[in-house]
Amino acid sequence: MPLLTVFFHVDIRYAIGVSLISVIATSSGAAAAYVREGFSSVRIGMFLEVATTLGAILGAFLATVVHTQALAIIFGLVLIYSAVVSWQQRKDAAPEMKGHSRWSDKLELSGSYPGRDGKLVKYEVENIPGGFGLMFVAGTLSGLLGIGSGAVKVLAMDRVMKVPFKVSTTTSNFMIGVTAAASAGIYLHRGLVAPGLAFPVMLGVLSGSLMGARYLVRARTAVLRSVFTVVVLALGVEMIVDGVTKWF
Amino acid sequence: MVLESQTTPERDHGHFDDRRMETVMGRLLQVGVLLASFVMVIGGFLYMRAHHGETPNYRVFSSEPLKLRHFGGVAEGIKVGDPAAIIQLAVLLLIATPVARVIFALVAFLIENDKLFVLISSIVLAVLLYGFLRPQ
Repeated sequence: MPLLTVFFHVDIRYAIGVSLISVIATSSGAAAAYVREGFSSVRIGMFLEVATTLGAILGAFLATVVHTQALAIIFGLVLIYSAVVSWQQRKDAAPEMKGHSRWSDKLELSGSYPGRDGKLVKYEVENIPGGFGLMFVAGTLSGLLGIGSGAVKVLAMDRVMKVPFKVSTTTSNFMIGVTAAASAGIYLHRGLVAPGLAFPVMLGVLSGSLMGARYLVRARTAVLRSVFTVVVLALGVEMIVDGVTKWF
Repeated sequence: MVLESQTTPERDHGHFDDRRMETVMGRLLQVGVLLASFVMVIGGFLYMRAHHGETPNYRVFSSEPLKLRHFGGVAEGIKVGDPAAIIQLAVLLLIATPVARVIFALVAFLIENDKLFVLISSIVLAVLLYGFLRPQ
């Protein structure tokens, strides 16, 4: 979406509508590949989707009252934050548990996945209210800006709820699509999804994610990560500068 | 696929159906995305032929025509072969895939007789439908 506003100077409201579509395309398109890896938890996902979808509806309504320049600035900040999160290497180590979480079992959110040696690694989740609240924020950002807000979802699941890396990545991919669908309906009603934009963006994203899945195996992730971080950082700064200068 | 056969027996205790549920879900999403892209290619091709040579202006914001915002209007447009309506149908199909996933999970939880998660999935579905059906 920043690509659309920064390079093609598309109005940010059009960009949000189309971006939501591309988020759903990415999420659903990648789902099949993720399912084969198969460590996602439908239960954690569904439970947290209550928070993200409600947040998305709120975000979609907020989008009508928030100044477009303010949207650009918020977006810039989120971009910079995502760049920082993606730069930090995520560790695959099992998170240490601080005691037993009663609610994790009660809400049936505990689970297990096969570890490297084939043995089952059991996990449970911590700080459910904290994660739930942060997911609401993630949903609001998603509805407001038309993004997947994967970085905030990762923060909520990895850092707050201590969901293992293998489970949180795939689960968050599933959640992104459902969250985007919640606000996409509202954007569609408002006439914010332009057919002339939706068509090239959607086909581009779909073919891109298919190609990406194929080449990612061969690509050098360290280089990729650096390029990605620099691009996202630059876009973030550009969006903020643009927002501030046009506002005043 | 190999992973699947390894994990299934271990998952047998507890939520035995979850694994199977996720596999079918993945297929469901794949079919939805393929169908949406197929419709999108047709719509996009017709759209480009109709708007050939124009320079679109998306710098200035103007809302899309009212007829494209409602299911009825999109259906009308498809009948007369309006390319924009076909693209809109593709967008609707795409948005429908995650919704279908939630419906599928709801059914699966009903089969598993997991009342708590039937409730949770119903809430998510209700919120999704609210976003879709609420007249603006």
